[in-house]
Amino acid sequence: MASTILEMRDITKTFPGVKALSNVNLSVEEGEIHAVVGENGAGKSTLMKVLSGVYPSGTYEGQIVFRGQECHFKGIHDSEHIGIVIIHQELALVPMLSIAENIFLGNENATYGVIDWDANEMRTSALLKKVGLNEDPKTLITNIGVGKQQLVEIAKALSKEVKLLILDEPTASLSEKDSQALLDLLLEFKRQGMTSILISHKLNEVNRVADKVTVIRDGRTIETLPRKDISEDRIITSMVGRSLDDRYPPREPKIGDVIFEVKDWSVYHPIHADRQVIKNINLNVRKGEVVGIAGLMGAGRTEFAMSLFGRSYGRHITGEVSLRGRPLDLSSVSKAVENRIAYVTEDRKTFGLNLIDHIKHNVTLANLGGVSSRGVIDDMREMSVANDYRKKTNIRASSVYQLTGNLSGGNQQKVVLSKWLFADPEVLILDEPTRGIDVGAKYEIYTIIARLAAEGKAIIVISSEMPELLGISDRIYVMNEGRIVGEMAASDASQEKIMRAIVRGEGKAS
Amino acid sequence: MSTDSAPAPQSGVAEDIKHGPRVAVSALTTNLREYGLIIALIVIMLFFQYTTSGTLFKPVNLSNLVQQNSFIIVMALGMLLVIVAGYIDLSVGSVAGFIGALAAMMMVIWPLGIFSNPLVVSVVCLLVGALIGAAQGYWIAYHRIPSFIVTLAGMLIFRGICQALLGGGSSVGPLPDSFKALSSGFIPDVIGPLTLIPPTVNAAGKTIVGSGLTLHMTTVVLGLIAVLAYAYFGFRTRRKRERHGYEAEPFPLFVVKTLVGSALALFLVFQFASYRGLPVVLLVMGVLISLFVFVTKRMTIGRRIYAMGGNAKAAQLSGINTERLTLLVFVNMGVLSALGGLIIAARLGQAVPAAGLGSELDVIAAVFIGGASAMGGVGQVIGAVVGGFIMGVMNNGMSIMGVNVDWQQVVKGLVLLGAVIFDVYNKNKA
Repeated sequence: MASTILEMRDITKTFPGVKALSNVNLSVEEGEIHAVVGENGAGKSTLMKVLSGVYPSGTYEGQIVFRGQECHFKGIHDSEHIGIVIIHQELALVPMLSIAENIFLGNENATYGVIDWDANEMRTSALLKKVGLNEDPKTLITNIGVGKQQLVEIAKALSKEVKLLILDEPTASLSEKDSQALLDLLLEFKRQGMTSILISHKLNEVNRVADKVTVIRDGRTIETLPRKDISEDRIITSMVGRSLDDRYPPREPKIGDVIFEVKDWSVYHPIHADRQVIKNINLNVRKGEVVGIAGLMGAGRTEFAMSLFGRSYGRHITGEVSLRGRPLDLSSVSKAVENRIAYVTEDRKTFGLNLIDHIKHNVTLANLGGVSSRGVIDDMREMSVANDYRKKTNIRASSVYQLTGNLSGGNQQKVVLSKWLFADPEVLILDEPTRGIDVGAKYEIYTIIARLAAEGKAIIVISSEMPELLGISDRIYVMNEGRIVGEMAASDASQEKIMRAIVRGEGKAS
Repeated sequence: MSTDSAPAPQSGVAEDIKHGPRVAVSALTTNLREYGLIIALIVIMLFFQYTTSGTLFKPVNLSNLVQQNSFIIVMALGMLLVIVAGYIDLSVGSVAGFIGALAAMMMVIWPLGIFSNPLVVSVVCLLVGALIGAAQGYWIAYHRIPSFIVTLAGMLIFRGICQALLGGGSSVGPLPDSFKALSSGFIPDVIGPLTLIPPTVNAAGKTIVGSGLTLHMTTVVLGLIAVLAYAYFGFRTRRKRERHGYEAEPFPLFVVKTLVGSALALFLVFQFASYRGLPVVLLVMGVLISLFVFVTKRMTIGRRIYAMGGNAKAAQLSGINTERLTLLVFVNMGVLSALGGLIIAARLGQAVPAAGLGSELDVIAAVFIGGASAMGGVGQVIGAVVGGFIMGVMNNGMSIMGVNVDWQQVVKGLVLLGAVIFDVYNKNKA
């Protein structure tokens, strides 16, 4: 049996008024992949911040023993120095610098401040080979996709001679394919003897790679499961403290006539005018129906949705959209909103919320007319609307005056949803509605979707998580490379069928 | 975002206190931050009142103070919206200078007949200001040229046109008295003066200037109406909130706040009334300030500007026409710069090539001292106004003290830096 590389004992971290961690224990053996799972707010990130020295020694109680020595980190530098490297969910790369510059940022091969570019690039090439990334070290970060950026982050960690690699939600924004590649890489590292800690919401991934799983709930260690006991159901039970027999709320779909229809929708790339991003899409949604759009990252799903929604993406948009047989003018976002179409973005922080303002102002933003008359806002009406939606969507906050930037991912998503629910749409397009949020919050979002469908709205859900689509949709369209390549009833759809449609479509497109 | 950042409590201060009236304390601390700026202004005023041996609060000096700084505050109202929207406007000083020159040329040099009437000229000048704002805003809104660059160009262009219009280094004047009243006039006393203490008569039988106490009754009445309205609306809003069950501020705090505010306002009214009454420009300013408070706090367009400054993409995807909104913000700024230019010219009684030179920096400083964020999305009208007055009082007080102009700039710079550091520090603590 391998020796213990890291031992965190009785870690207790208190913020004024709140105990974020209480007596957490974590023991990681050399050469294993140790998964840490828990709901949002359970304390995973706080624990990692303690481990990496973001919260310096002295601000918490308990012991950290790394390779037999007790550590007192004063900052990230100390922990990195002895080989503990953390890769955060949000990547810390400079977009306008090259891969090589990013990898050695702050750690350049320099003598007296003069950089040896050749050495930098040679070492970068070697590192890139290790992570299986086939790119020129001179390529700018902004020109490669998120999946490859993630690999650059890992290469950067390797450059620091990492002994313990911590990955915080590494696949949150990756496509299925890139996620698989990343997990394979982790397994490869493991074969080479590296130890890693994986923080993830995606239990199937944990299931696939982890040797052990430690579950944290409400700032406490619940249990550490060995490989043989790891199963999704077991982890979920332990994470939420109750058994979630059904991950999707039950619903009885009452599906009516087609109310929303898109015909021959084509869109060209906003910059490369000759590149057709969306190719003659035809699609319809019935009243009370939840329609899923499946596809890999880059299939054009978000582009399709955004081009529909007030032409927020692309150029030379052609095609027809109709609601209840009446053609719609969706040439601007405000017209789309007026015509009762809503689009809930996949990127709530960049496109969905004003993070420096509070819940109340965010909820009413898309429908200020609903709380004002002649341009004057009725404060009381706005207040009751905000409180009403806070209750309806179960936003956990001290009051509607809490800044949205201070909310957890799941609660932020509920604020964005509230905003669009208040705009009273008939057609609701939800783009990755549960990305980066925990199991409990996911269930709540699914419940809201089910309720909206029961109210007779037409709902389109874009998601990269196939089980989710299969769990909540009535019908699924499969998209690939800007085309619809398959359509199936959810009842006879399966992950394999969807994948097959994608693969078949790939041949057609080329 | 980290997936599970620690659930930090809303107000650390209040959480630490285990006993006692938590709500009152937390309300006090949040309100202290809000009113800190006004308290700072009062402290600075008291400081200069002391160091100038009582000159600062003399009625004649208060009138001067208002007349000297009104154009900064007027322009700060527009600049606040520009900065909240996420932009900057460096051209306001030059635009003000150009409009002053244009007004002078129209009234004094060009043979325009009845169109050289000050009222007509003022209206034309405000329209020209709107056009200038639209011209700059167009590039910023529809072509995404950074506002810093567009308005830096505007700063050079309009200063140049201003100087060319005045024919090199000369000044144009004198301007008609009816125009000068905009800056140096006082509202007429339609009610009639009230003499409380008759002025002392000297041996020659003439009254000694400044002796006795005669009140400008129109000013007193207007002041009382304003204070009563302030108290009434404050109370009404409070009652309405209470009825709906939303009240955070404890009643005693509300009463103290209203009483202190009213007392201060009445004191100033009394000072003005005992001199020549309310300066016209203060009335103009008061109306504009109320208007902008209303627009930013209560109107949808104001809300949209804050949303755009906070997250332009999210605002756009919420159906807000951010381009048009940006254009409007700059049109508004252009109009207020023009008004500022008219006020400067009216005060000087002539147009000079250097009018408004460097004032863009005072205006921007006022907005930042008032707590606006350079990143956009944050800032209050009242903050900008108080920030403008802080700058004005410092100018005025240091001049009376005889502080050299060079050192005045150093002090103002330090105050700007200190105010912003204070803000950032407070934000991080919260």
